[in-house]
Amino acid sequence: MIGIEWYLGVSAVLFIIGVIGVLTRGNAIIIFMCVELMLSAVNITLVAFSSFMGDVHGMILVFFVLCVAAAEACVGLAIIIAIFRNNITADINKINLLRW
Amino acid sequence: MEILNDLLNYLPAAIVAVGGLVVMMMDGYKAKSRLIYQTTMFFLAGALVIATYDLLYQEVGTLFSDMAASGSTAAFGTFIVVFGTFFTVILTHDYLIGVKHNYPQVYPLLMFCTVGMIVLATANDLVTVFIGLETMSISLYALAGIIRDKQLGVESALKYFILGAFSTGFFLYGIALLYGATGSTNLSEIGAYTDGSMIYWGGVSMLLVAFFFKISAVPFHMWTPDVYTGSPTTITAYMSTASKTAAIVALVLILERALPYAADQITSTMAIIAIMTMVLGNTVAMVQDNVKRMLAYSSIAHVGYLLVGLAAGTDLGFTAVLYYLLAYSLMNIGAFGVVAYYEKNHDVHFNNIESYAGLGYKQPLMGILLSVFLLSLAGIPPLAGFIGKYLVFAAAVEAGLINLVIIGVLASAASAYFYLRVMVYLYFKESKEPVKLMKPLRVYSFSLVVLAVLTLYFGILPAGITELIASYFSGNGLAIVP
Amino acid sequence: METFFFVFISTLAIGTALAMVISKNTVNSALFMVLHMLSVAGFYTLLNAQFLAVIQILVYAGAIMVLFLFVIMLLNLDEDEKVVSKIDFKQLISFTLALVVLAQLLYITGNYAGVLPELTGEPIAAVGTVEAIGDELFTTFLLPFEVTAILLTAAVVGAMLLAQKTSNVIDE
Repeated sequence: MIGIEWYLGVSAVLFIIGVIGVLTRGNAIIIFMCVELMLSAVNITLVAFSSFMGDVHGMILVFFVLCVAAAEACVGLAIIIAIFRNNITADINKINLLRW
Repeated sequence: MEILNDLLNYLPAAIVAVGGLVVMMMDGYKAKSRLIYQTTMFFLAGALVIATYDLLYQEVGTLFSDMAASGSTAAFGTFIVVFGTFFTVILTHDYLIGVKHNYPQVYPLLMFCTVGMIVLATANDLVTVFIGLETMSISLYALAGIIRDKQLGVESALKYFILGAFSTGFFLYGIALLYGATGSTNLSEIGAYTDGSMIYWGGVSMLLVAFFFKISAVPFHMWTPDVYTGSPTTITAYMSTASKTAAIVALVLILERALPYAADQITSTMAIIAIMTMVLGNTVAMVQDNVKRMLAYSSIAHVGYLLVGLAAGTDLGFTAVLYYLLAYSLMNIGAFGVVAYYEKNHDVHFNNIESYAGLGYKQPLMGILLSVFLLSLAGIPPLAGFIGKYLVFAAAVEAGLINLVIIGVLASAASAYFYLRVMVYLYFKESKEPVKLMKPLRVYSFSLVVLAVLTLYFGILPAGITELIASYFSGNGLAIVP
Repeated sequence: METFFFVFISTLAIGTALAMVISKNTVNSALFMVLHMLSVAGFYTLLNAQFLAVIQILVYAGAIMVLFLFVIMLLNLDEDEKVVSKIDFKQLISFTLALVVLAQLLYITGNYAGVLPELTGEPIAAVGTVEAIGDELFTTFLLPFEVTAILLTAAVVGAMLLAQKTSNVIDE
């Protein structure tokens, strides 16, 4: 029998892989995918809690997270297309018109 | 019919949502841009009337099986959000025509964004907080990129999107851990929890980090100046007032209902973040030559003052924060409105402080209005900004955070420099090249005058509104009102 | 058997996630992501959340990742890029910071066992069914559900606003 800690642990590892990806990669599309990775990692935590507690609310939150992830992908990819129209690059290190 | 009753209590959001859908369909059938704008204003005016009624008469309670709250702070947040949107749409319409980017999709997006803000400000459950926050953020990502054929515009949208989505991940992890620790997502059920396990603290800290991201507190402010500079000016006004109001009202609700157990630790965290935010926001604002960027840093500094009130964590502190949000919305929308007016007469990069030289005499009304808003932002009596700062710092003194107040007052005094600098350029510098300013539309200047009058009114007679807010919290916050 | 399945799924999930982050080619990344989403669906089945497992495959692998691949192909992004050109100071800092957070997360989740009295030792079967979820979704969670509709509409309108090419601005 697998305890809940194992699920939480795997989820934490996946979340941090996503965080590292966002912080170190330069390609905007890969960064979006890493954000999706973070969201789906949290979903594992939510489903694990929900399932072990016998409470359905966590799973419903996962349902909403899926909707949000879809909406974010939609707007994010539209932004990338708009960037390409102006800039012809997806490398965020080259996009640096704005600085402090 | 319980659901009908709930819907009646949630009418502002419902009206705005229906209005957004109607406006969206009108765009689909190629309606004239002016008609779309008028319909938007019609629905927003209806929502504003009902929000005002709710503000005064709505009973405190919960709606939709504990998912949302009604009355008190929720009604107050709804009112500020709808009020801010109402004026933003007036200013945005004129501004976008001026810069030739008046796309019809902007109006439904603004309406949907407002729905998200209302849901966020009235949320009584972490699920509702999450959905409201995301509806608001996703609409704002798109609105930040309205000027889509300029590199500056899309770039700010990309930055906003990446950092916003990143913080969403942390927010969600916070909710998940809190859910695991307490077994519920309902705010009051989380508040009933008093067994400080590690996982609870993990959840609380992740949640706070995500909120600091959204309200742009230092050190999570990196996106703010870029996004505020790159977005259309009136949308920047909208982002810095309505969206911050919604997020901070939600934060007040969460702190008050869900996390009383963690109050002590939150106070010390908030105090440190508040100091960093005030100091950094004000010092960096001093060296900015771009007025829009200066206002972006000034909005970071104002978040610092708001955090002082949250750090106090008392009923008095929350009262001060809510009052401050109202005052801040009035003066910031106004200031950005005048900046947008100057900008649309030239090109998008007309924001350098040099180019403001002598403009105060060209259109005297606009010059006076900008001065009023800037003086209020600087916290000079008898304007609303002064009362807001006074209440926040008084609450912090009451809570014994003397050091915090000293730093705050010093930072606030220093901030007068960069606000007054703009006025010096407006009135005491000669312009190098002749600038021709178009006469502003009557509705444009009229709405700015309304904002200025309200700024003055709430500065001179704050007692009515502060008493109203103080009655939301059980404490006796009336004693220190000037 | 269950332990074997768990170990297999978690190796697959972590492996594909790592491969997604470090692969040079964007298309490869996207395909690894699809595989990752399938393995996450495996976790859901293990936790008795059948409905979510199906939705996960349909929405993530079926819709979102197809959208990603579509955009990658549309914009010709499938060229190789260097992942780590040289050891960057900023990257090093973010890497260390992330590892510290990971250690903290593992610590707090490792100490979780038995905090709640009603926590049973194993997943409960009756929770993750379509019936249980649908029942709550349309009663208790009615408001968030309706707002989700607005959220998705807003996303579509926003995408239209950003990605439209011809400007159809009619000024008067």
